[in-house]
Amino acid sequence: MSGQDEAAAIAPPSTAFWADPRLRGIVFQAIALGLVVWLFWTMASNAADALKRSGQATGWSFLWNTAGFDIGFKLVPYTARDRHIDVLVVGLLNTLLISGLGIALATLLGFVIGIARLSPNWLVSRMAAAYVEFVRNVPLLLWILFFYLALIPVLPPVKQALSLGDTVFLTNRGLYMPKLHWTDGAGSIVWALLAGIALAVATTIWARRRQRATGKRPPDLLIGFALIVLLPVAAFFAAGAPVSLEFPTLKGFNFAGGMSILPELVALLFALTIYTAAYIGEIVRSGIEGVSKGQSEAASALGLSRGQRLRLVVIPQAMRIIIPPLTSQYLNLTKNSSLAAAIAFPDLVHVFAGTSLNQTGQALEILAITAAIYLTISLVTSGLMNIYNHMTRLKER
Amino acid sequence: MKTALSAVLIAAAAVATAHAQSGSPTLEKVKKDGYLKCGVSDGLAGFSNPDAQGNWTGIDVDVCRAVAAAIFDDPNAVRYTATTAKERFTALQSGEFDLLSRNTTITMQRDVALGLEFTNVTYYDGQGFIVKAGSGVASVNDLNGATICTQSGTTTELNVADYFGSHGMQYQILTFEKEAEALSAYDSGRCDAYTTDQSGLYAARLELSDANANVVLPELISKEPLGPAVRQGDDRWEDLVRWTFYAMVNAEELGVTSQNIDEQLNSQNPEIRRLLGIEGDFGEQLGLTKDWAVRIIRKVGNYGEIFERNVGSGSPLQIARGKNALWTNGGLQYAPPIR
Ligand SMILES: N[C@@H](CCC(=O)N[C@@H](CS)C(=O)NCC(=O)O)C(=O)O
Repeated sequence: MSGQDEAAAIAPPSTAFWADPRLRGIVFQAIALGLVVWLFWTMASNAADALKRSGQATGWSFLWNTAGFDIGFKLVPYTARDRHIDVLVVGLLNTLLISGLGIALATLLGFVIGIARLSPNWLVSRMAAAYVEFVRNVPLLLWILFFYLALIPVLPPVKQALSLGDTVFLTNRGLYMPKLHWTDGAGSIVWALLAGIALAVATTIWARRRQRATGKRPPDLLIGFALIVLLPVAAFFAAGAPVSLEFPTLKGFNFAGGMSILPELVALLFALTIYTAAYIGEIVRSGIEGVSKGQSEAASALGLSRGQRLRLVVIPQAMRIIIPPLTSQYLNLTKNSSLAAAIAFPDLVHVFAGTSLNQTGQALEILAITAAIYLTISLVTSGLMNIYNHMTRLKER
Repeated sequence: MKTALSAVLIAAAAVATAHAQSGSPTLEKVKKDGYLKCGVSDGLAGFSNPDAQGNWTGIDVDVCRAVAAAIFDDPNAVRYTATTAKERFTALQSGEFDLLSRNTTITMQRDVALGLEFTNVTYYDGQGFIVKAGSGVASVNDLNGATICTQSGTTTELNVADYFGSHGMQYQILTFEKEAEALSAYDSGRCDAYTTDQSGLYAARLELSDANANVVLPELISKEPLGPAVRQGDDRWEDLVRWTFYAMVNAEELGVTSQNIDEQLNSQNPEIRRLLGIEGDFGEQLGLTKDWAVRIIRKVGNYGEIFERNVGSGSPLQIARGKNALWTNGGLQYAPPIR
């Protein structure tokens, strides 16, 4: 039984179970977890007790009560007869809309600013620097109010709307455009579009292979573009033109029909975009500066132009540095979108954590839900960015 | 035996109540601080508005001043906190102030579910609309399809939904957090109408770029009884605020004003003598002094005086007494007797 003796010799001198570090670790963690749970539990039940004593309503059933107020801008049907839970959905969708659009535009503008700051052209780089300094040093709420209060008076009243061929109208009530009116068979156009996109992607992959094999790249961009445009057009005619346009027309106080973009949305989007872009610009600049000079020198030794150097060599490496702080800018933008209340854009905080809260008085419940939603949005955003980061990180071969 | 037992129980209960009645925790705290904390609006002419020197004025402010006068004999022993419509109830609940006096409509929901108690109706109002003079709108019913601006966290947004919904009228609502932004949006033409309590419309009209280019529509679409509120659970404090206001209404009815108060101290009218604390111990029962109402009337005035000074003939708003006249003059203001 020498094997057993050996094992006994290797194992730490057998002691009491409380001295086992692994077991002790588990026990301590369990105790810590228990304490945290107990703490939250007492806090929650204390709060509930205090609310009861002060005569305030508690519980979750208010979510199913009639909201009783209207919302001026909504992506899904909603009326004052709907419930507070529907207010939540309307507000959430509006928040996602403004944040999604804001993130896309701020990223575009931010990259332009960041690259411009490093431009060899003195004027361009100075202008980008001035932009960053100026924009960052004015509080966001002021930008929002500025765009809103500057926008409204310059836009013409409804009766004097600026029109573009009587199909697009610009007024202080918004931008009115024709809307696509879908009828039966219109689905085939969407499918054709999706097929076009898939084929275009396939073409690009094929073109890359050819380039590697033969050194020559077929005109994949052109082919892809043609596929994406021509397939849906062909489907449109094949299905007997199932899509028509609905034009906005002046009716009483305002334009009816068609599609409209509200000035509140535009002002908020503008403010969020230019403000966040200033920060993203700085992130992009420092990311690019973080890539060692040798990379770009080597690239130019290979004969790549400035654009190619940036696009093919520098930016892909800079992304590793850019993505983590970029993610936090995305989260900031999403949270900042809650300043919408100032200019009546009905985002989640304005309508749900604002109006619903005030009308029901259930502050704790509503704030808990709202916090949980923002947390979820943040986690999903960082999760997606992490996946992207993982895909683009340095691959050691 | 049984009767003896119940006698003991009643006596015990009486001792317990006497103990409970001995004081209002809020009043004790206010006395200790040396000032009253009052929640008012962000600025609404006639109701609660800082003047050029930064002093708060208005009917709602005078309610705060009257309570301070009753407690400290000093109407200026008040700290004001400006709140938006949206924040006001949470702020009162969390103890930021002890009296909310901010053109707040009494509704059942607010009374029973928010942990508040409303003490009086200090101003009978209703919701109205203001529109541009040349717009051809003469009635609310002409507003089908209009864009309407208002403030969030108000009964206003609920009433407008009720009215337009039940009349089958379309509209687009824009709700702003602050009145200033809602008004400037209306002023610059973003909306066809601005809606709030009618008293608020008269105040708002004065802030527009051209007051005369705007008209207040004749209809009222709701009942807006405005009044002060306190936290639920301190009945003695609630009594104090309630009777402070009733004292001002009773004073008007009895013809006691800040001007004639010294002569009235010699009055032989028993109602006046009770009001002014010459007879009875009503002040002490509130935890105050005998002359509590004298302090209020001398330093702040009776209801008619504060009405005329803040929103009536003595103010730029020029609002008629209307429903806010005393019941003896065909209005709704009516205070229970002090006896
Ligand atoms: N009486 C209504 C409306 C009260 C309200 O907030 N009115 C607005 C417009 S008159 C106001 O006081 N604005 C001034 C401010 O926000 O400071 C209610 O209690 O909900």
